[in-house]
Amino acid sequence: MEAFLRGIRAALNSVFVYVLAGTYIGYGALSHDLGFSLLWAEVSTAIMWAGPAQVIIVSTLGSGSTLFQAAIAVALSSMRLLPMVVALLPLIKTPRTGYRHLLLPAHFTAVSMWVEALRLVPSLPRERRIAFCNGLGIGLMTPALLATIVGYVLAAKLPTLFAAAVLFLTPMSFFVSTIRNSRELLDRLAFVLGIVLAPLFALAKFELDLLLAGLVAGTLAYGVHRVRGARR
Amino acid sequence: MTMTVHDLGPYLALVLVGFLPNEIWRWLGIALARGIDEGSEVLVWVRAVATAILAGVIAQLILNPPGALATIPLIVRVAAVAVGFSAFLIARRSVFIGVLGGEIALVLGDLAWRW
Repeated sequence: MEAFLRGIRAALNSVFVYVLAGTYIGYGALSHDLGFSLLWAEVSTAIMWAGPAQVIIVSTLGSGSTLFQAAIAVALSSMRLLPMVVALLPLIKTPRTGYRHLLLPAHFTAVSMWVEALRLVPSLPRERRIAFCNGLGIGLMTPALLATIVGYVLAAKLPTLFAAAVLFLTPMSFFVSTIRNSRELLDRLAFVLGIVLAPLFALAKFELDLLLAGLVAGTLAYGVHRVRGARR
Repeated sequence: MTMTVHDLGPYLALVLVGFLPNEIWRWLGIALARGIDEGSEVLVWVRAVATAILAGVIAQLILNPPGALATIPLIVRVAAVAVGFSAFLIARRSVFIGVLGGEIALVLGDLAWRW
């Protein structure tokens, strides 16, 4: 319980509270403009908890795209969650942790929570880490749910430039927070290669370009890291 | 394959098209994380791939943005990221200052571009 509260406190002290507030004001306004109900917007934030995928689903469903196209677009944008969950869970589970105790921290895994968890969890005793992550998740999701309501209510009054500015919060905050967490050459190299290769792979129209670019960039960075390690 | 949201109702559509294709990656992550422990070499590689995919998502959101962000010219979007990153470095790696700097650059850049 103490670790859970510590997680909530860490969330409220995180810069991501502001980022998420802005992002979800934008999301609430977008949901309103595309004809979804406030309850739908709230439920989608709680069960999806992935900003870019949520923007995709309201835009595609709201514009009358087919469900199949929307599902593919969501799946492609959310692929990043897989390696993020795989990188986080081994840090927080104990040999006795069952699957069901991992469902909640995995559900809360999004860029905001992942960045903060990777940074803060190593200083905690292992048996408290899951509770801490759940607190972190609740502490970040609750302001997002409130912001969704605010955006929904204010929607008609928000200018286009504001809508653009809140959508820009996601890439800008992902960019600087990922770099802040990249202390080692490996992380920095993976970041730079990813940001260069992903648009090139997209231009080349490869199937699953994002996944492929990420695998190639991450593996190259890892290779360089191994070669340097062997030389030392 | 040609069904739209009107055929299913918004909540069923949300679960099938929003929740499942999103959450499946987290469930797969739980399955794959089994048997990997904190010090393992695989984890180092997975983290590098996660960082690279995230970087790819960032590039996509800036180069090919959703909704209203697309109304801002590409050059302004890219310049705003550069300003935000510089502000982050100058402010001793403060994420808050970085995001604030990028946002200010985006808004002023867009106003200047139109003017």
